[in-house]
Amino acid sequence: MTNPSPIGYSNSSLFDRRPLHFDPNLKRNRLNQLFTTVAGLFASIAILPLFLVLIYVLVQGGKLISLTMFTELPPPPGLEGGGIGNAVLGTILVTAIAALIAIPVGVGGGIYLSEYSSRGWFAQFVGFGNDVLAGVPSIISGVFVYGIVVSTRFFFDQSFSAMAGGIALSVLMLPTVIKTTDEGLKLVPQELRMGAYGVGASRFVTITRVTLPSAFTPIATGVVLAIARAAGETAPLIFTALFSPFWPEGVFNPIATMSVLIFNFAIMPYEAQNELAWAASFVLVMMILAANILARWISRFAKV
Amino acid sequence: MLTDHRATDPSPSQRDVFTLRRRPPSERLVDLGFRQLTLVLASMVAIVLLGIFLTVFQGAREAIAEFGLNFLTTSGWDPVNEDYGAFIAIYGTLVSSILSLLIAVPLGVGTAIFITEDLMPTVVRDAIGLMVELLAAIPSVVLGLWAIFVMEPAIRPALGLLHSLLGWSPFFNTIPQGPGMAPAILILVVMILPIITAISRDALNQVPVELRQGAYGVGTTRWGAIFSVILPAAISAITGGVMLALGRAMGETMAVTMIIGNSLNFDLSLLAPGNTIASMLANQFGEADGIQVSALMYAALILMVLTFLVNMAAQLIVKRLSLRY
Repeated sequence: MTNPSPIGYSNSSLFDRRPLHFDPNLKRNRLNQLFTTVAGLFASIAILPLFLVLIYVLVQGGKLISLTMFTELPPPPGLEGGGIGNAVLGTILVTAIAALIAIPVGVGGGIYLSEYSSRGWFAQFVGFGNDVLAGVPSIISGVFVYGIVVSTRFFFDQSFSAMAGGIALSVLMLPTVIKTTDEGLKLVPQELRMGAYGVGASRFVTITRVTLPSAFTPIATGVVLAIARAAGETAPLIFTALFSPFWPEGVFNPIATMSVLIFNFAIMPYEAQNELAWAASFVLVMMILAANILARWISRFAKV
Repeated sequence: MLTDHRATDPSPSQRDVFTLRRRPPSERLVDLGFRQLTLVLASMVAIVLLGIFLTVFQGAREAIAEFGLNFLTTSGWDPVNEDYGAFIAIYGTLVSSILSLLIAVPLGVGTAIFITEDLMPTVVRDAIGLMVELLAAIPSVVLGLWAIFVMEPAIRPALGLLHSLLGWSPFFNTIPQGPGMAPAILILVVMILPIITAISRDALNQVPVELRQGAYGVGTTRWGAIFSVILPAAISAITGGVMLALGRAMGETMAVTMIIGNSLNFDLSLLAPGNTIASMLANQFGEADGIQVSALMYAALILMVLTFLVNMAAQLIVKRLSLRY
């Protein structure tokens, strides 16, 4: 041992006795302190961007928020004024289309995985496919929908459309919804199902009236988070929903969304457009943070 | 007993309780139909996955026939002469994602240790955990906006210093003048940090409490236990999470597109504008036509294969390195 005993016991290393009270000058205690500081530093660096982004979005975007933001169209490039009303509506519409497709399919798929074949090869295959789908970059789902819907003019000979954008977003939501449904249902105690069968309920009734309601909390949490994520997506929308400087003209026409508006207006050399990008960021971030808080609030019921 | 029952025959209303209910055929039909419906919905995952692959492959076929494997190694992107090569984009994708991973892994794992090991009061740990989750919720395009107007001007002096110190090396020999590879890498770090932190936190939380107790029992310090017991036990899941983050970084589009500069010229320097497959797709797909669409689909196919391989590796690593205790 390199450390001689501080209070004069024998220096034979094996039976070296140290005082039992904490000695901050020991090498290992100093290292311990050092590593804790470094980890704390890393944690602060990790959350620093959140603060900086939030502050800038709140300050830059917040000061522009007014009623006209929600009721007016964006101005043509180079002109002042206007709002992002069409983009707010468009984001809600496209996200709603995505949710209407992804939630039934995802919840249904999740039910199959957990209730009907939790260990079969098919369930394993679907679970694996779900993981792969979750790892597919979001822009690829845009390319996919461009290939099957936009370039083939699938809907009434229309190319870019809100519908195509919604389908692209639903591809991104699907893995999350399936996974949360599957895992939520697996948490439901087997006894509940047995009880339902015991009083003579059919499989369908058991699942829809007993199992699904008791897994409602985790499923709803996952669905809300998936919707929030989809609402902020941009990459799949830039060549499916495209963009439109006008009010939405139905689901089979190009449509403005806040995320694409941010992208388009951020890289324009005009001050007014850049400001609208900040305002849209403010609205979008507020919507997404609200959804996250909602999800958190829903998930509190699970513990009761 | 049976005879007893017959003897005291219950009243008709009581008898109803004990009879077995006959399942009407309609109920069976509903049951069967519901099962088939969920089966069809579950197979949508496979259908969509197959659809994605076939659509992208079908779209890329023309370009594959035209450029072959040279597409991977040539760097021309010339819509006028219809000559395309994706080398710059592939190089940019790999370099940006791997370098961002090198920065994000220590930060993310360090943060995860900070919020799982008992280093701080619970309030602080919970607050940091919540903030990291919120950071993950901020849309990529908003981070891109912030990167253009706030981050890039702010870090330009630092990058300029880097250039004046290391300008002799080919990696830093351009003067930073705006969008470029380095700011894109930094914004990628911000984007993948929450994934690494979340997965590492889950992995560390799953290390059995007995292992910690054993380590503390033989008198180690907190960090002694972390380095020699807890991290080795959690390393497989953490590595898997890191691979997932790599896949995410490769496919990340908007923030990178807005800040990387989208250069079509090859430059080794990290301070010069670059390009990635995803940002190339985002920039050109809308306006492309003819064989350019096909070339972009080819690039998308490469991106898909890359992320697929990385995600496979993630799952293999988790299985191969699974718990050593």
